[in-house]
Amino acid sequence: MKHLLIFVFFLAATFQVTAQKYITKTGAIQFYSEGAIEKIEAINKQVNAALDIKSGDMVFKVVIKSFEFEKALMQEHFNENYLESDKFPNASFVGKVINIDKMDFSKDGKYEADITGKITIHGVTKDISTKGSLESKNGKITGHSVFNILVKDFKIEIPGAVVKNIAESIEITVNIALDKLK
Amino acid sequence: MQKNLVAVLVFLLTFCSQNISAQDDLMDIFGDEPQGTEYAYGTFKTTRVVLNHSIQSPAPGDLLFIISHHFGHLNEGPYNLFGLDMATIRFGLEYGITNRLSLGIGRGTYKKIFDGHVKYKILQQSSGERNMPFSISYFGSAGINTLKWQDLNRTNYFTSRLTYVHQFLIARKFNNWLSLQLTPTIVHRNLVATTTDQNSVYVMGAGGRLKLSQRVSLNAEYFYLLPGKTADDFDNSLSIGLDIETGGHVFQLFFTNSNPISEHGFITETKGNWLNGDIYFGFNITRTFTLK
Repeated sequence: MKHLLIFVFFLAATFQVTAQKYITKTGAIQFYSEGAIEKIEAINKQVNAALDIKSGDMVFKVVIKSFEFEKALMQEHFNENYLESDKFPNASFVGKVINIDKMDFSKDGKYEADITGKITIHGVTKDISTKGSLESKNGKITGHSVFNILVKDFKIEIPGAVVKNIAESIEITVNIALDKLK
Repeated sequence: MQKNLVAVLVFLLTFCSQNISAQDDLMDIFGDEPQGTEYAYGTFKTTRVVLNHSIQSPAPGDLLFIISHHFGHLNEGPYNLFGLDMATIRFGLEYGITNRLSLGIGRGTYKKIFDGHVKYKILQQSSGERNMPFSISYFGSAGINTLKWQDLNRTNYFTSRLTYVHQFLIARKFNNWLSLQLTPTIVHRNLVATTTDQNSVYVMGAGGRLKLSQRVSLNAEYFYLLPGKTADDFDNSLSIGLDIETGGHVFQLFFTNSNPISEHGFITETKGNWLNGDIYFGFNITRTFTLK
């Protein structure tokens, strides 16, 4: 009987651990560059993201080759010349929602989120802090954030000939809809 | 009974501890599994290796404008500024209809040939769920020689002006730096100069590129004429050059022993010999317009 209790306890413990995690494999990250000559936009709809609502831990894993461009040539150059996706196949974010303890996901509600962590693109890791929102609705959590990064921070070389085509600062928009991890 | 319960406990303990470490690293949830099938892209910078077509086709809705230019041969000496006073040119347009199918037209000074081609991707190199080591395309081109008839007193048939080129482009991108292509070719001329000349010529082509930097690659190409009258009378085409890519343009600068530009000329009618200095400097400029 004692053993059975321990069994139930451990079973409960495993459920407890998983119940606070929310994930998606179909998050969206969009970026937008407004150069002097042309606008460049791309979207990746296969973004992996996970949030632990207890600790506030948040991670993103982004496959660079999954970014889709309007122009095929842009996509090829993005992978081959700029992001070098053969060498650096993924981008990632590992960080925390620092004010998660002020949020209650057991009921519907929308919260401002302060997010801080490390972002890795093109093999270069930078510290980043940004604001976003987290909304709890019908047991789902949706997240949204817009922030800017500088191309030169990530050692992405832009040759003189196309310097007017690509903006120095790229706007990144993140939209995720997280489901409870079962 | 006791033993069984201990086993269950041990199992559960390990299971739980794994779960706790997974919590430490949420990233582990996603794993490293590659997502679906990944197709090779950018095997070559543009639709030409040097003179001949590469496995690359225009993306659907993309229009390529290609200007090709071969100067005279270097051993013409200073009077012709080492060939720079002479020029053979060709203008061409290529359009991507689907991912697999593209069409092109062109007109060159050599024999005033109008040409039209179709390129169809049969297999596409990929890895992941669907593994395919090579890309294979069919390339077919018809050319119309529009020079004035040499002898107006005989019966001249329009079909005598036609030549056809059929090729399989078999290519593999080995890695980011190296791509190679094999190009088995048949060139068929409806009319040849003498009865001993071959109407159909079988040729094996090979080419490749070595990337020197993100935007520059070294390319080379060779066409071997299989033994026959044509191989006796003409030279094998050998070209070597650089591809320089600057966003929407690709510049290809090269040296070749072939004066003709289109596949209707250079494969079977190359007369220059590298060792004698019959080397032509030339370039292709490819500009991509996105129409879609």
